[in-house]
Amino acid sequence: MTNEEARIGVYVCDCGFNIAGVVNVPQVVGYARGLKGVVICREYKYMCSSPGQESIQKDIQDLNLNRVVVASCSPHLHEATFRRAAEQAGMNPFLVHMVNIREHVSWVTKDKKEATEKAKSLIAAGVARVVRHSPLERRQVPVRSDVLIIGGGIAGIQAALTAADAGRHVYLVEREPSIGGHMAKFDKTFPTLDCAACILTPKMTAVKNHPDITLLSYSEVVAVDGYVGNFKVKVKRKPRYVDETKCVGCFECIEECVYKTAKFPSEFELGLGMRKPIYIPFPQAIPLVAVIDPETCIEFKTRQCKKTCVAACGDRGAIDFNQKEATVDLEVGAIIVSTGFHVFDAARMTNYGYGVLPGVYHALEVERLAASNGPTGGEIVLRDGRKPAAVGIVHCVGSRDEHYNPYCSKVCCMYSLKLAHLVKERTGAEVYNFYIDMRTPGKGYEEFYHRLLAENLHLVRGKVAEVTRIAEAAKEEGKLVIVAEDTLLGGIRRVPVDMVILSVAMEPQPDREEVRRMLNMSCSSEGFFLEKHPKLAPVSTMSDGIFIAGACQGPKDIPETVAQAGAAAAEAIALTSKGFITLEPNLAYIEEQLCSGCQVCIPLCPYDAIELDREKMVARISDVLCKGCGVCVAACPSGAAAQRMFEDDQIMLELAGVLSR
Amino acid sequence: MMQTEEFQPRIVAFVCNWCTYIAADAAGVARARYSPNVRLIRTMCSGRVDPQFVLGAFEKGADGVLLCGCHPRDCHYSVGNYKALRRYKLLKKMLSQMGFEDDRFRLEWISASEAEKFRKVVEDMTERVRRLGPFKPNGSSTPNGGK
Amino acid sequence: MADKPKVAFYWCASCGGCEEAVVDLAEGILDVIAAVDIVFWPVALDFKVRDVKELPDESITVSFINGAVRLSEQEEMARLLRRKSKFVIAFGSCSHMGGVPGLANLWDRASIFAWYYHDAPSVAPGNVREPREHVRVPEGTLELPAFWDTVKTLDQVIDVDYYLPGCPPTPKLLADAVGVLLRGDLPPKGSVLAGTRALCHECPLNESKPEKLLLKDIRRVHLTKVDPEKCLLAQGLLCLGPVTRGGCEALCVKGNMPCTGCFGPTDEVRDQGAKGIAYVSSILDFDEEADIERALANVPDPVGTFYRYSLPRAYLMRTRKVMPHA
Repeated sequence: MTNEEARIGVYVCDCGFNIAGVVNVPQVVGYARGLKGVVICREYKYMCSSPGQESIQKDIQDLNLNRVVVASCSPHLHEATFRRAAEQAGMNPFLVHMVNIREHVSWVTKDKKEATEKAKSLIAAGVARVVRHSPLERRQVPVRSDVLIIGGGIAGIQAALTAADAGRHVYLVEREPSIGGHMAKFDKTFPTLDCAACILTPKMTAVKNHPDITLLSYSEVVAVDGYVGNFKVKVKRKPRYVDETKCVGCFECIEECVYKTAKFPSEFELGLGMRKPIYIPFPQAIPLVAVIDPETCIEFKTRQCKKTCVAACGDRGAIDFNQKEATVDLEVGAIIVSTGFHVFDAARMTNYGYGVLPGVYHALEVERLAASNGPTGGEIVLRDGRKPAAVGIVHCVGSRDEHYNPYCSKVCCMYSLKLAHLVKERTGAEVYNFYIDMRTPGKGYEEFYHRLLAENLHLVRGKVAEVTRIAEAAKEEGKLVIVAEDTLLGGIRRVPVDMVILSVAMEPQPDREEVRRMLNMSCSSEGFFLEKHPKLAPVSTMSDGIFIAGACQGPKDIPETVAQAGAAAAEAIALTSKGFITLEPNLAYIEEQLCSGCQVCIPLCPYDAIELDREKMVARISDVLCKGCGVCVAACPSGAAAQRMFEDDQIMLELAGVLSR
Repeated sequence: MMQTEEFQPRIVAFVCNWCTYIAADAAGVARARYSPNVRLIRTMCSGRVDPQFVLGAFEKGADGVLLCGCHPRDCHYSVGNYKALRRYKLLKKMLSQMGFEDDRFRLEWISASEAEKFRKVVEDMTERVRRLGPFKPNGSSTPNGGK
Repeated sequence: MADKPKVAFYWCASCGGCEEAVVDLAEGILDVIAAVDIVFWPVALDFKVRDVKELPDESITVSFINGAVRLSEQEEMARLLRRKSKFVIAFGSCSHMGGVPGLANLWDRASIFAWYYHDAPSVAPGNVREPREHVRVPEGTLELPAFWDTVKTLDQVIDVDYYLPGCPPTPKLLADAVGVLLRGDLPPKGSVLAGTRALCHECPLNESKPEKLLLKDIRRVHLTKVDPEKCLLAQGLLCLGPVTRGGCEALCVKGNMPCTGCFGPTDEVRDQGAKGIAYVSSILDFDEEADIERALANVPDPVGTFYRYSLPRAYLMRTRKVMPHA
């Protein structure tokens, strides 16, 4: 191909007005026609559309083009599109080069003349570069069919079931003793008010019973190596001190624990309920296996416990005080990250008194109070057991607030209305919802809002300034007073209540950075995992083979989470169904006759893909291990290492092109 | 409007495919406006950037060179950006011996989510290089200095 | 006599070492002399410029020109020899890449003159005189060659057919080159008549490299007790063997001195210094800026280290701003 004269077609996209509204496309086309090797240059309204692609294909065949440059949007969006089009017309797809004149030019440049000049220089660079492109073959690598899912909330559960039903073997890793996530803590779900447990626990059980799901609860993924289709994963299994294979979840050990009463705050109950040192987080837990907390267990503290639990377990002998942390190595083809969200720490907003005023709760705590399997058996009562006569629900706590999180957590209006309903239903209290805007988009959501309006809810439009127990009037004595500006009435209101519920934001998990690094993902500025494209690849990430689902990607409710989990599972299934995948050919390679065997490249490779052929004293790069970063190429002191698609001369010509104007 | 006589520097930015190129795309999506002086060259990793590219850019008429990659510990290829950093340090030392102004060659870590940082860096770099004036590669340092 | 190929030698800005290299052919020079007719060799034979001028164009088979080009006279002579010769060989590092004289591109003419004729402590006070191109003396006007601002390689001034690298080229390479030319089996124009791979490939110490060639510190050779059995780079010495064309048979390394790069880079590398910087920094085993800077403190003169012979051939062949003399 290198000896053949370049016949280049240049295609400049208007992208409707997106490009043509700023860049003078006819002028750019005229310029491109004058570039060396350019046989044809066309403008079209939407190059990526079928007619646009067909015009390229027709030119390839009619005009015998051997190179194509498409000046349109980011290659991250449509490189695959145009490569495929060229391939269908019989051209090697890697003889196509994309020039980004939308994201990098028309969308960011105010001055039309400057934008036009910049577009010309980038096209000149693309044309200069593409001449040196060579036909390349994509390589195929085998793909493992197993799927790893990190996080066993509703997203992970749904994804696991979907993938396993499709015949994949799924490893579901959950760091808590039970799967279920936040959803397992809820009483009812909006807008249908069906009980969370009723819809979640069957799915949890299905996970347990599915022959193609290996559940690794109380475990954490600690290392991920490898690449798409061939990930090597290390999972740390924390010791439960109860043998999972022997325990049947009979609760007898818990009954017989030397602690006669539960006196340690239960993590699952957010401290509102108590547990013993040996416990099962909640009765519907999956796996239904006890776990011992070594921090509170007398045997661990003194080694002198009577070990009544062991006696209770009897012949089963499930309790094992000597259990050690273990590591499991997995090899999977795809990974779904469904690590969920973190509840905003309401104590950060000191003006609301959370953690200081006992009558102030955050929403998840009230979910537990309302839950029939919760610490109060579903009674919404204050810490002293009283039923509240008046309850205030504060929306947007930690959301839509520049001091905390500027974004809307999306679910709070709806769950606040749900809690209002539950509070009224269980206590008959007067309920006041303080909101900034009532946001209820979603199927059946606005209807739910109207249903609540009919339940005589007090809706106060205004952001709450503070929650105080300092009474200014007799009716405020002994009460919590919510101070807010009512923006509809145009005045400050003081509403005395017995209980305050803070509708806290959904935040990214505190350990997102470690997870992100481990999986080579990105986070958006607020800390949620970044999807590859918000519209076109919403569950993919920039790391091939790693997908995201649920609230780790951004605040979302259960229906959305479940839908996204299904989508992520579908992506994982699609990836792992052919048995192989094709990878970009952007590999590094060594020109053997130029290599001096100096070995500079060898320690630089992050994948140990380079080895020294001791017989010939030359370096050799493994196609299978190389991921195409090009670090060795930049370092190679004799110019023997090179990288396909990013050859030195291609880059130098591109450089000359961008500097040509 | 910019004054016509104002010097318009030409700046080449080498950006990695996974972080800074995406940030530049995101800046586009956000319609962040920035000066057109910076032109991007994409490599898979900042660790692919050969010092020859940097010097070649200057030789070919760049007034400034920007090298961008993922933040430390965030490299898509785990450690490529450290190699970029090491090369930058030695190259910078060499360039300073060659009488280069500090602002002509710059390394910045810009993650995929940092569209605004990308915009700011581009604007700042453009302004600094504009103040330095044109870079004349291999030009004589004395007026009428002979061959 | 007339049918023997004619050969010329000339030196421009150089130290004279390349002339020594010719003499270093030892008794081999007798074979050369027997085979060729030397028509010009100012350092050894008493020919004059006019003798060359009188020769018909392209009548010299090959001119070996060593030294960089810094003076107008050197350019004139290079052009003259180019016109008179079928082949011109850039002989030695200085004509190939600028060589050590090329490092003067870190300054310019004005600052060089200021130092050498005014400010240097060795200049006697009151005896300040700068060379000028025209000097009036009682007998008339003397003309001196112009001193340029920039040192250039030979091929930046005239078309060069082949390059014989080295400071100086080894007698073996010279003999091989002469042999090739006399036999007429010519390599492609522009070839460098030495190895094609970097020096490590022929270095006896290459086998001794550790499994991972990474440096925790850079050491300077005059402060280091060198282990003659171990790769010098692996000992932290800045051996430029990896970035230098082979063909010298690792003469310096065999003498416990790291390669300083006189053969220039391989064909695939344009800028030897840039690539030297690339590989040395890459194997510097630190990720923190402060650590990297600390290690680089032992590279006090990056230009002199990585461009010792090749500054005029680099992408950026001269300084941007003249530094004060040390």
